[in-house]
Formats: sequence, C-alpha cells, structure tokens
Amino acid sequence: MNAPFYKFGYFNSDISLVIAFLIGVGFGFALERGGFGSARILAAQFYLSNMRVLKVMFTAIITAMLGVYYLGVIGFLDVKLIYMTETYVLPQAVGGLILGIGFIIGGYCPGTSVVSFATGAIDGFMFIIGALFGIFVFGEIYPLISNFYTSTNLGVVRLPEVLHISYGLTVFLVVIMAIGAFALAEWSEKKFAFRNPENER
Amino acid sequence: MTTLTKKISELFTKDIEIVEVKAKPYSNPYLTGIGLGLVLLLSFVIMGRGLGASGAMSSLIAYGVQTVAPEHAQSNDFYKEYIGDGTTNPLKDWLVFEVLGVLVGGFISGTLAGRIKIRVEKGPNIEKSKRLFFAFAGGALMGFGAKLARGCTSGQALTGGALLNFGSWIFMIMVFAGGYAFAYFMRRQWL
Repeated sequence: MNAPFYKFGYFNSDISLVIAFLIGVGFGFALERGGFGSARILAAQFYLSNMRVLKVMFTAIITAMLGVYYLGVIGFLDVKLIYMTETYVLPQAVGGLILGIGFIIGGYCPGTSVVSFATGAIDGFMFIIGALFGIFVFGEIYPLISNFYTSTNLGVVRLPEVLHISYGLTVFLVVIMAIGAFALAEWSEKKFAFRNPENER
Repeated sequence: MTTLTKKISELFTKDIEIVEVKAKPYSNPYLTGIGLGLVLLLSFVIMGRGLGASGAMSSLIAYGVQTVAPEHAQSNDFYKEYIGDGTTNPLKDWLVFEVLGVLVGGFISGTLAGRIKIRVEKGPNIEKSKRLFFAFAGGALMGFGAKLARGCTSGQALTGGALLNFGSWIFMIMVFAGGYAFAYFMRRQWL
C-alpha cells in the first residue's frame, strides 16, 4: 500500500493546497470541455435533448470507480483511507430533491456555475451569489433543523453492504447499468434532436 | 467617393472576419468523462479525497459571518465546522484552493476553444432579467439543498458515486428526480 499519498505523509498540508489548485484546474478544464459552462446544455438534460450531463458524469464515475477498484485489488491503494461522507438517508434524499429543483431553475450546480462564470456567463455569476445566499440561510436556520440534519444516520456505508453482494459484482453492475443508460441517452438525443441547443451552433 | 467608402467598409468587414473567433464545438462527452474520471482518480490516489464545490462556498460564507459577527459564528455549529478553533483562516482550505483551480481551468479551456463570451445563458423565449432572477433563485435552492445533503453534484454524486457511497446514490437519484419533475414548469426558460 502506497496510496493515498497524503495519508501516508508524503507531503504536508501546505503542499496539499497546491495540489488542490492543480486538481481544480483539471476539474474545471474537463467541465468546460464537456460543455458544462453552458446552462442551456445542462438544462437540456432534463428535456432529453442533450444528455451530456449523464454521459460525462457516468463515464467519469465508472472510470474513477474502476480505477479505485483495480488499484485496490493490486494493493497499491488503500480504499478504506479515502474519505467518505456518512449516509443520512432522509436529509440526503430531501437535499437531493431540493438541489435537483434548483438545478432546473438555476441551470447550474455549484461546480459548473464556477466554470460558466469563468467563461463570461452573467447568469453563472448570479447563480453563485444565489448559492452563497442559500448556504447563508441554511447556516442561520441550522439550529432549528439540526435534528433533521443528523437524523437517519447509517454511518459510512457502501452499496455492496446494502445490497449484500461483493464489491467486484457491484462495480460490474454499475458498469452494465451505465452502458444501458448511455444507449437510452443516444436514443433520446436522436428523438429530441430538434430541440437540442448544441445543434444551433 | 462611394467606391472609397465601399472599400473602407469592406476592409472593416474583413477585419471583423479575422478577429471573430469561431467557438469550437464541445468535446466528445465520453472522452471528457474519462478525463474527468482520471482527475477524480488522481485526487483519490494523491489526496485520499474526492472533488467538491459547495464546500468552498460554505467556507466563504463562514468566513464572512465570522468577520461580521464573530460571536454569532462561534455559537453556531454549522459555521464552527468551517471556522474550526479560530486559529486558522477558513479560506486556507483544500476545497477553496480547488475551486480557484476550477475557475482557472475553466478559463483556460474556454480560451483555447474560443468560448469566452460575456453572455446570459437562456432559451429564446425568456427575458434576460427574468433569467437572472431564476439563476439567483435556483442557486439559493441549490446552496440550501447541497448543505442539507452534505455535498453537491461534485462532492456527492461524482465523488460518492465512484466510491459507491450509499447516501450519494440516494442523493443522485433524487437530484435527477427533482430536475425531471420540475422541468415542465421551467420549459419557458429553456425551450
């Protein structure tokens, strides 16, 4: 086991901030390449005419998932040392729902709004201001909702443990599911091509 | 005289043609996804953590509240999580530096592809001012929801998705559910 490098003390926290910046550059670059600086393209995901959100996200998820899995199998990466948030079923479900509604109203998510702002989208800037306001509201009413926020806690729990199947089989099933989703995405993009904002270019 | 003005205007239109950079089409989504996945994997291998975005915004808010009303910030468990014991600046944070990188990376990619443009992203059937209001309102819902869910599309869906985190998959399904359920009401903004 050699990785994660930071957890094995290969460098200090100041260096980690430099790495944070560089990883961020790669993240922002990839998001912009994928068309995620455009709210119209992001929103089109929900009108089935442009499925870039699903395609990029699920390709990224299976790439990283396979990488983590195989690097773990060969003993290079200690998967248990990777930080994972604990599961809180209800707050995460409700939070996800609110976030999804915010997505179709605002046209971005926090990461993509930063990219859109970087490429000159004024609505992206407004979205960031809105997100900061939403976080401020959350912070101010936190004492009132902290009971709900900490409810239905299951601790750190992964899909294989919930489904009672092996890690490897879960990885395999996610890949199969993603390939099925890609096939559906290609089909719906053809069907709704007439309202795909990317075709206007 | 008319030929002269014609020539001058021709000169200008030619200049405009040269100056105007045509925006390149976006990259193949599957290749982009592999690239994004490798960035995420690199973060797991080097740092032992994934990507994020809303966390950096929380640090910014916590820093602001701490500056304006330090006692109020200290009495609130949510802000305290970002402020810590008060000895280090909340902005000296991993996610804050990562998001600064996102800003730069997005700008580099946009510049290389000729996609930097002051604009408002919207469908053809809505006024700019309304669109900007919706951007703010959607952002506010997003900020609130992301805090409730302990992360956004980056920290939960992408990072937690790849780690097969149960809560992240619940979150991801609900994000898509919320988006699709509400898309009908927002069609004037986008279609």
